[in-house]
Amino acid sequence: MSVADLTFLALLSPFLGAIVAPLLTRILGHNAAWVLALVPVAIFLHFTGFSAEIARGEVVTGGYAWLPSFNVSFSWLVDGLSLTFILLISGIGALIVLYSGGYLKGHPHQGRFFSFLLMFMGSMLGLVASDSFLMLFVFWELTSITSFLLIGFDHQREAARRAALQALVVTGGGGLLLLAGLILLWNISGINQFSLLTAFAPQVKASPFYLAALILVLGGAFTKSAQFPFHFWLPNAMEAPTPVSAYLHSATMVKAGVYLVMRLYPVMGGTAEWQIILPVFGGATLVIGALLAVRQTDLKLMLAYTTVSSLGLLVLLTGFGAPYAIEAAALYLVAHSLFKGALFMVAGCIDHETGTRDVTRLGGLRSAMPLTFAIALASAASMGGLPPFFGFLAKEEVYTALSAFDGRAITFAALVVVGNALMFSAAFAVALKPFIGKRVETPKAAHEAPVLLWLGPAVLALAGLAAAFLSGTVHTLISSPMASAIAGEARAVAISLEPHVGMPLMLSVLTVVLGIGFYLGLARLRAGIAAVLAAIGWGPDRGFDQVMRGLVRLSSAVTRRLQNGRLDTYMTATFALLAVVLIAPPFLYGELARAPVFPQDIPLHELAIMAIAVIGLVAVVLAQDRLTAIVSLGIQGFSVAVIFLLYGAPDLAFTQFMIETLAVVILALVMTRLKLSPSDRRPLRETLPDAAIALACGLGATLLLLKVTEAPFDTTLSDFFNHYAKTIAHGANVVNVIIVDFRGTDTLGEIAVVMIAALAILSLVRLRAGSLRRIADNDPDAEEASR
Amino acid sequence: MRSLILRTVAPLIVGLMVLFSIFVLLRGHNEPGGGFIGGLIAVAALSIYGIAFGVETVRRAIVFHPLSIAGAGLLLATLSGLLSMVFHVPFMTGLWVYPVILGEEVPLSSVMTFDIGVYLVVVGAVTSVALSLEERGED
Repeated sequence: MSVADLTFLALLSPFLGAIVAPLLTRILGHNAAWVLALVPVAIFLHFTGFSAEIARGEVVTGGYAWLPSFNVSFSWLVDGLSLTFILLISGIGALIVLYSGGYLKGHPHQGRFFSFLLMFMGSMLGLVASDSFLMLFVFWELTSITSFLLIGFDHQREAARRAALQALVVTGGGGLLLLAGLILLWNISGINQFSLLTAFAPQVKASPFYLAALILVLGGAFTKSAQFPFHFWLPNAMEAPTPVSAYLHSATMVKAGVYLVMRLYPVMGGTAEWQIILPVFGGATLVIGALLAVRQTDLKLMLAYTTVSSLGLLVLLTGFGAPYAIEAAALYLVAHSLFKGALFMVAGCIDHETGTRDVTRLGGLRSAMPLTFAIALASAASMGGLPPFFGFLAKEEVYTALSAFDGRAITFAALVVVGNALMFSAAFAVALKPFIGKRVETPKAAHEAPVLLWLGPAVLALAGLAAAFLSGTVHTLISSPMASAIAGEARAVAISLEPHVGMPLMLSVLTVVLGIGFYLGLARLRAGIAAVLAAIGWGPDRGFDQVMRGLVRLSSAVTRRLQNGRLDTYMTATFALLAVVLIAPPFLYGELARAPVFPQDIPLHELAIMAIAVIGLVAVVLAQDRLTAIVSLGIQGFSVAVIFLLYGAPDLAFTQFMIETLAVVILALVMTRLKLSPSDRRPLRETLPDAAIALACGLGATLLLLKVTEAPFDTTLSDFFNHYAKTIAHGANVVNVIIVDFRGTDTLGEIAVVMIAALAILSLVRLRAGSLRRIADNDPDAEEASR
Repeated sequence: MRSLILRTVAPLIVGLMVLFSIFVLLRGHNEPGGGFIGGLIAVAALSIYGIAFGVETVRRAIVFHPLSIAGAGLLLATLSGLLSMVFHVPFMTGLWVYPVILGEEVPLSSVMTFDIGVYLVVVGAVTSVALSLEERGED
């Protein structure tokens, strides 16, 4: 097996794991986690093998042709950026699988949960490893779908279903914008692979479609990464079981948008638009997310809003365009994944062991859960940017990037300081408050979490500590290659724990001081924000509901108008339109047929047959009852069949005879079946418009036929068929040879249609025969009223 | 309709018509005819039978549910098309064999089985519609 095959297998393995997970869980119970965690561990080890090459600044690509005719491939690109993501996804993924083993121990659908989780892991790996646009899009939407399954895992609760649907609509809709954006990029550059796109950066930036492509791509990125005003789905997604929140909604999936922005930075970044849109949205998300986080009392919701906030910071940094900004984004992304994943799992431990996540109902857990307390403190310190944790290094780098003395830098530095201070207070509200103070009575008697639950967060917290002490190695292997890959040029990250006095350190101290202040005044701050929000009264979350309700109403109204269920309306509309289509174009384009020249010598018998056809028609119109009308229609049909016969089309004539006969039989049967009255008497004001439409259709068809027969007849096809029917298809009857051989695939389609039509008619007849049940009309208003 | 004349003549007519429909089907490749027309003739035969003796008798006579017949026809037609894959020629390519049966060379082909499929679909589909409409009571 070559390395490329192994890489392909590694990308595929989570899906294989997802297939065996339910069975394995049935056999081993929650201990299946130990086996299933081997999948991400193997992936982690496989991709670690590339780190030496990546550290040297090389990239690893590979893949297979997918749709060669469209030049689309299934190809992957492993560079500093994707490698970091892959290691985070597989590394944290292994811990999350173990954590889920403990968290959902004894849950009847634990196997299904593992399956969904592994499917998500595979989608996310595919997303960050994709080189081709289309592959990225497919995996992007797969993460939306698997995330839908995971958020809605507890599908018996309405809140979970709503949150799942909301996440799917927002991120899936964003995915469609992304698709449009990628296609636009493809059109501009002619390239559909990221690894080749960088060379076309000047062309892309100069294109008149640059702004459109940028907005579309950012539409995908901002919805996925929960940027304001699309942030609302992320907190709602906390309805998911905690392992999902820790994995998808902090460490991996929500960073897909950031990943995309970073991936496109060398191609689209650095322009004025880029440096305005990204920092503005990122900055707004940072502050709003942090304010909303402080307002919450639910541990998971606090963390969710700080995640929104952190994603804002990442977008801000990627768009800021100052020296060290990219390096800061790379560092902060890694640090955030470590501490936020750990904190979510800690929140899950507290919830699991005490039965509540409400911070106001928790306290004094330090003696009952000392290990969890230690892990929580370490993670919160990293999140708050305190030394000696990795978060401190990231924060220092952030402030280095923002330390400049122009208005823009000062404004954003102020925003970031406030945002970080709020996040600092939120971090300690989650990690400190439940553990200190007086012991509060909780729904369950708290005790230390089992090993499966504390292992994951402990490893992540330790990693945050170790990464800071071994910063040189981490920078060589991870940070520098990642920053270089984002920037599209060699960058070296150098920051370490060594003391360095300067502007960044001062901003850090300011942040911590402010953060402690916020922490102490948390209750007052919370009340203040709640009051402001109550005064505003409307938010994007409510807006989402209103939009969805409006959509359902609109489609219901349109459907009711267009589909009123009356056959005569449909027929009238169809034939009126047909008449317009037939008559209007010849007049509009001046292509009316010339008046036909009547041949002089029509044989008498032909004239007689035509006369019979006309008599049949007159009889239809004048018929007193329906049965006579049906039979009279048959007269006309038979005459036409005879004309076919006379003009040398026996097959056609034959078929026409049979069809006319059967039509009369079936129409008569329909009449008796539907218990129609024998005659159809309607007032003149109803029949006259129908007659007008019928005449117009007839006139139109006549005009069309006259025009068509004016053109010289092209005999190429008939010559071909006549010539080759015998020699190629071994048949003398050209009509039949065309039906079953030359155009056999058409016939296959047609008989399939016949079959489906028969099925449809049969079910209609049975529906009528059975009790007439009222079919649900999906009236949104009625549905709402019944709630 | 319970006409004595019809009931006496019907078996004869119907038998002839079904035979004729198969004749038309088989000769279709060289003379006017084919699966579509043959199928329609068979449907007409079955309708006459139904008018004379009632729906239940027809259902018993054709043994299978008409839609099963149509489904079998569709399957047969599709398989006739797919057969060409075995010989690495494009989908729906006609394949011919000329076995000698009782001293007579008989040309057989995937085109013919395809046409038989068409015949069965037409017979099954139209008959199922006609029968279900003709039935008064519960289907």
